[in-house]
Amino acid sequence: MNVGNGGAGRLEDRPGPEMLDPQEADRLRARDREQQETDRLRAETREQQEADRLRARDREQQVLDRIERVRRRKAHVREDRVTLAHGAGGKATHTLIEAVFLESFRNPLLEALEDGAVADGLAFTTDSFVVTPLFFPGGDIGDLAVNGTVNDLAMCGARPRYLSAGFILEEGFPIADLRRITASMAEAARIAGVQIVTGDTKVVQRGKADGCYINTAGVGTLDRPVRLSATAARPGDVVIVSGPIGEHGITIMLARGELDIEADLSSDTAPLNALTDLLLSACADERVRCLRDATRGGVATIVNEIAESSQVAVVLDEDAIPVRPVVRGACELLGIDPLYVACEGRMVVVVAAEAAGAALDALRSHPLGAGAAVIGRINDDPPGLVLLRTSFGGTRIVDLLVGDPLPRIC
Amino acid sequence: MRFVDEYRDATKAQMLATRIAALCEPGRAYKFMEVCGGHTHTIYKHGLEDYLPETVTLVHGPGCPVCVIPMGRVDDAIHIAEQPDVIMTSFGDMMRVPGGKGSFLDAKARGADIRMVYSPLDALKIARQNPDRRVVFMAIGFETTAPSTAMTVLRAEAEGIGNFSIFCNHVTIIPAIKAILDSPDLRLDGFVGPGHVSTVIGCRPYEFIARDYGKPLVVAGFEPLDVLHTVYRILLQLREGRSEVENQYARVVPWEGNLKALRAIGQVMELRPYFEWRGLGFISQSALRVAERYAAFDAERIFQIPGGRVADPKACQCGEVLKGVLKPWECKVFGTACTPETPIGTCMVSSEGACAAYYNFGRFSRERVKEATRR
Repeated sequence: MNVGNGGAGRLEDRPGPEMLDPQEADRLRARDREQQETDRLRAETREQQEADRLRARDREQQVLDRIERVRRRKAHVREDRVTLAHGAGGKATHTLIEAVFLESFRNPLLEALEDGAVADGLAFTTDSFVVTPLFFPGGDIGDLAVNGTVNDLAMCGARPRYLSAGFILEEGFPIADLRRITASMAEAARIAGVQIVTGDTKVVQRGKADGCYINTAGVGTLDRPVRLSATAARPGDVVIVSGPIGEHGITIMLARGELDIEADLSSDTAPLNALTDLLLSACADERVRCLRDATRGGVATIVNEIAESSQVAVVLDEDAIPVRPVVRGACELLGIDPLYVACEGRMVVVVAAEAAGAALDALRSHPLGAGAAVIGRINDDPPGLVLLRTSFGGTRIVDLLVGDPLPRIC
Repeated sequence: MRFVDEYRDATKAQMLATRIAALCEPGRAYKFMEVCGGHTHTIYKHGLEDYLPETVTLVHGPGCPVCVIPMGRVDDAIHIAEQPDVIMTSFGDMMRVPGGKGSFLDAKARGADIRMVYSPLDALKIARQNPDRRVVFMAIGFETTAPSTAMTVLRAEAEGIGNFSIFCNHVTIIPAIKAILDSPDLRLDGFVGPGHVSTVIGCRPYEFIARDYGKPLVVAGFEPLDVLHTVYRILLQLREGRSEVENQYARVVPWEGNLKALRAIGQVMELRPYFEWRGLGFISQSALRVAERYAAFDAERIFQIPGGRVADPKACQCGEVLKGVLKPWECKVFGTACTPETPIGTCMVSSEGACAAYYNFGRFSRERVKEATRR
């Protein structure tokens, strides 16, 4: 018989159910009950899913809180020997410094863990250089050793004045190479306006060192009243980087020749004291909160230190971070994030929002700061964390690296 | 940058996200597994989950070659590295993977000569340069890296380099996927198929997944738009009631795979009857070893290896994470006893491991991160 076009509808929706034969009516009733049951189950499932989701979120939050508690625990070295990860500038380095060095040497000046110590109108810092290869496009271990220490003093807001130079040389090291290194140190010192006024030499047996290691220490004078500190960042401040990042680290990786990649790239090693001088003159009254040169561990490590020390969130904008295409290309090939790659002539500046324009103008007025850019800002939540708005339009956390940035295998 | 930026376009991503949302049936939750660790890395690195509706969950699969190496094999490798005159060579990812007695990094600190290389050919070069040393390459990875290992063995034979061998830990992807499909505690709606592996094995080996298990699988590229597009195509299949193998990554992956590479694997290696996978247990015919003919290049035959089995730590739930039953943070030791600095399970070691990726990039709930990064 004809049941009209309501075959798919509910029994009640259709005219004259009494006109159906009893069997057909039963069948339709049964189907309606089934449909109601399905709807009920669906609704229940939805509720169940929603409840599960909420419970899951609660649990997730608990786990996250637990992680934060663990992360705040006192640093503790678990290894019984030093591994290369302890020297890579990431978490392992931090742990080693806090659990071994800080534990032994603890004092208020050291505890700040800034680039140098500041006391009695002086800034004082030291740095050792063990780079391989010794000579690379754009520089060598010599200018690196001078610029590194000059920059650490500049980051304290000081005017670098006097440097010491200690050499550890391997038996058999060519004197010609040593002359080349000292010549570039002298040139770097001249450019930075510092004098190398004391030094030391040790020679070790062949095989006990890798050619030439250099340590430099430096003293600078604080000519203007500044209070720069990684603890000084406040919500609302902006984060500036003084130029394209990652050039030194990638240059060194390529110069080692293990990757068989060639690129037109040279190290960015340079003294930053002229740049910090311009910057600090342009922005008075502590509006520059913090200066850091982005060496080992790169910009990501520096901003993590700032976020942690100031208990603020740093929000970076991937699109705004200057990276030269050749560096980006090499990083893509190697599966390395340029944010973690070392620079030797770039700094991260945290500055009050109202001074951002003046700071950028000051930086850009110098050739070394021509590529300066605002890369992010400081927020209050979540404290201690660095977040990145990716170019793709997503978001993620930028954490400290655990060890060396290792190329991925596939 | 050309050939990269095109695949990271936020406008296109937004368009895809809208279409994905439209394809999702209200009230239905979807779980897709990305088999390959490379995809896990992409998803977290670019914050891709921000584009997905809450009802779509991506589950991280077993395709991180470092993550599935059992602890006993790491101990065996360290044992070889500590033999006289040995130079052990390894990819960087492997350096931190913990065995029962520490990692390669720890063994190196104790005095073993372990060097990081970028390809097995680099290891062969070290062998050439050090004729009085025995150079071993720690071969790991799926069918993606197995051909280059095989080619290196062939080259070593052709050049008559006698001081080079490989410690073969190559695994095959299909048995692992099958093990996951057969595990009773799993509910998946589809697969984001591995891209790099498929450049070698092609798309045909996945057909049983669509045919016998009724799950769509779309082989995907590694840029974020690739993954998003793949999610869209899986959802489209589900919406249309299809379950097929599709190739989203056709610009790189040929349907039939790379026969030359497969021949090289077939020539130098053979299937092991069974192999232990970290977290998943023993899976039959899931790994490769050096074939008899190339025994002279097989570290397992050259060195006496202890071959001990080290049980996974009890607290570690890598298996459940690898199978997608647990989210990384649901593991009992996640983020407390097990962190990237002190990994208990391998998922926490490699940046492709589900746990490490989650810990490093995604620790906070999406809402909180979105809130905090709002312009």
